[in-house]
Amino acid sequence: MKPIIRVENLTHTYGVGTPFCRSAVKDVNMEILEGEFLGIIGHTGSGKSTLIQHLNGLLKPTAGRILLEGRDIWAEPKKIRNVRFHVGLVFQYPEYQLFEETVYKDIAFGPRNMGLDEGEVDRRVRAALAFSGLKEDLLDKSPFDLSGGQKRRVAIAGVIAMEPEVLILDEPSAGLDPAGRRSMLENIRNYHQERGTAVVMVSHSMDEVAENVDRIVVMANAGVVMSGAPHEVFSRAQELIDVGLNVPQVTQVAMELKRRGLGIDPAVYTVDDLRAALSTLKGGRG
Amino acid sequence: MTEIIKTKSLTFSYPPDEGKEPIPALKEIDLSVEQGSFVVVLGHNGSGKSTLAKHMNAVLLPGGGKVWVSGMDTTDENLLVEVRRQVGMVFQNPDNQIVANVVEEDVAFGPENLGVPTEEIQRRVAVALKAVGMEEFTLHAPHHLSGGQKQRIAIAGVIAMEPACIVLDESTAMLDPLGRRDVLDTVRHLNREKGITILLITHHMEEAATADRVVVMDDGRIVMDGAPGEVLVRVEELRKIGLAAPHTVELLYGLRQDGFDVPLDALDIRTCADVIMTSLNK
Amino acid sequence: MLKDITLGQYFPGNSLAHRLDPRTKILLTVLYIVILFCARWFVSYSLVILLLLIGIKVSGVAPKALVRGLKPIVFIICFTAVLNLFYTPGEIIASFWIFKVTKEGIVTAFFMVLRITMLIMGTFLLTYTTSPISLTDGLESLLGPLKRIKVPVHELAMIMSIALRMIPTLIEETDKIMSAQKARGADFESGSLFQRARALVPILIPLFISAFRRADELAVAMECRCYRGGEGRTKLHVLHYQPRDYLVLLTYTVLLAGVLVLARFGL
Repeated sequence: MKPIIRVENLTHTYGVGTPFCRSAVKDVNMEILEGEFLGIIGHTGSGKSTLIQHLNGLLKPTAGRILLEGRDIWAEPKKIRNVRFHVGLVFQYPEYQLFEETVYKDIAFGPRNMGLDEGEVDRRVRAALAFSGLKEDLLDKSPFDLSGGQKRRVAIAGVIAMEPEVLILDEPSAGLDPAGRRSMLENIRNYHQERGTAVVMVSHSMDEVAENVDRIVVMANAGVVMSGAPHEVFSRAQELIDVGLNVPQVTQVAMELKRRGLGIDPAVYTVDDLRAALSTLKGGRG
Repeated sequence: MTEIIKTKSLTFSYPPDEGKEPIPALKEIDLSVEQGSFVVVLGHNGSGKSTLAKHMNAVLLPGGGKVWVSGMDTTDENLLVEVRRQVGMVFQNPDNQIVANVVEEDVAFGPENLGVPTEEIQRRVAVALKAVGMEEFTLHAPHHLSGGQKQRIAIAGVIAMEPACIVLDESTAMLDPLGRRDVLDTVRHLNREKGITILLITHHMEEAATADRVVVMDDGRIVMDGAPGEVLVRVEELRKIGLAAPHTVELLYGLRQDGFDVPLDALDIRTCADVIMTSLNK
Repeated sequence: MLKDITLGQYFPGNSLAHRLDPRTKILLTVLYIVILFCARWFVSYSLVILLLLIGIKVSGVAPKALVRGLKPIVFIICFTAVLNLFYTPGEIIASFWIFKVTKEGIVTAFFMVLRITMLIMGTFLLTYTTSPISLTDGLESLLGPLKRIKVPVHELAMIMSIALRMIPTLIEETDKIMSAQKARGADFESGSLFQRARALVPILIPLFISAFRRADELAVAMECRCYRGGEGRTKLHVLHYQPRDYLVLLTYTVLLAGVLVLARFGL
């Protein structure tokens, strides 16, 4: 697969020339492949929020480049707004950005900014609503009358409606209860499968990322410290723990079992996989 | 046993939209919380757990039934200040409960309101900040702190009122794993060292594993109540009400279906590995 | 970014200026402003400049930070300067079209710029060296006598201190909402004045809603911590005048008298 976004030697320094000067990301190289489901993991302050705000041109690199389909997004600074239609970014707690009188108008905000005709806007609003798991009868309601979970879905629909080639979601499940989290992730997975475009999910929940994505990028101390398929990343569990991240509970159990002398691959990360591995082991012994 | 909080047939409904019937958020809750215990209240959004929490220090008053704090009826206006002093509250959003621009001033806010003499306030502020491990931030501006640090400041602000009980109303929901761990370690320490009763409202199942007692709410009622080892193993029931058992329990539950002879209540990683090993070596 | 605005920000420190009683500092600022407005000519202005320089020195505030603080009002300064430059009647030095530059105009403009700059810098020194809390404490205490004529002094002080507490939070929030709307293609930089004003709606509405929500939650949190208004409240820090406070106040009063005398002689 070829990359849709390439990040080359990206550095971003806040507050240059003040006592608060610090680099939030430092010499970062990474790429997002066409159609992949990528997870970015790191704790608060690891630089992940700063990184993703560069991907759609909200922040300008202090040094380095962001290439979208091979072209530097800052080649023509005047056209930076167009980049945002190709790389959709959903912020953390996006429900706090809703402002229109109706759900319909709020979702249509992005498409209308793109200058699309009303027929196309209408098609996109309805499609986006369906992707985010909401019913059409909400369209005429005020977004402020909805429940917290519904508001968040409307906000996500507002970005999906721009039909971006890359959809980036910052902590889409933050603050939701287990059922809400589960259905939110299911919607994102379905969206990814049906649209086939790249999805990037930023999270600090290892469990959540482990169960959903094709590839993981781990960030710590303003840089990328690891990347690869979940299995590869979790095979280096100790390194993750060393940079202050949790590994999935299941991986921890597997690591403990290995330490107790069991011949088991400790890089498992879902309940089903570990269960299967243990059952096979038992079958072999019994 | 001494009860710090007791509710009897507690019922409550929020004022409904015009022309609609009120929907009860709490239905006939009978709960008593033992002094010095660590109780986790679990439930999905809308289960009534936050509404229950807000009754513990008279932010909300019962629509029906009674709530007592150390034997004081929370509807008695003369006792209001004492009720609120004894049961401190920490909320979800750290930014919306810090009053002052300097950490020490914020921690002092409660005792100042109570009319505590200046020297005593200074002593309490120092003690409270030490208890939450934030003493080096005494003169910092709160908005430069991380979410977890802000919550610990909020806890210190409650400690400075020398309460008997702290209610944490989803105080970990907006925090990252590190922040959440810091807050949990802090309240566990306060519970153990100072004997302060902790009532932790959450939907994170992992936080329930080390509690003394887990209360599960659904649709305004208490549906489960017991030790973590008893409650967190009820995999099917938890799933049905929108919660999920910890992954360790899920794993053991699955293994049992595959013919493993393992107990379900091995909640932490080590015990879980232990029981699996024992079962394999049988 | 909005966060860079230093207007009214407090820089923690332990200098003499930081340690002065906030009431002293408020009074000093008032005196300083009076002195500044009494100054007439180079001699008296030099005295005020000296005063400001000493203030900067003992406060330990970086002069750079003070200059940066001027940024938001550069426009006002320039505007006043231009106005004075062209509209002061007197001896004409140069003229073109309808504009006439007079000698008096140059002098007035010069002193006007000097006065505004020093006014701002002086008040910044107060906010840079006094935490908002002690500032409100100081004001509450100085205005205390007004309670007798039913002025809600405590409430006003509390409102002010909470406003100051919330400013950084709301600025951060504005930044966040702006970024979120930009991510949906909102354009705040181009178009006519009307279009730009309209572009603010997607920022202002979420901001207001969030401010109300915050206010609501903060009120509950305050009640939970037993807040019942000013009655019976004690304080973590009680204000006490130290000998240095009297000394500094006395010096300033003498200086004021001095400048008044100088000004009388037109110096």
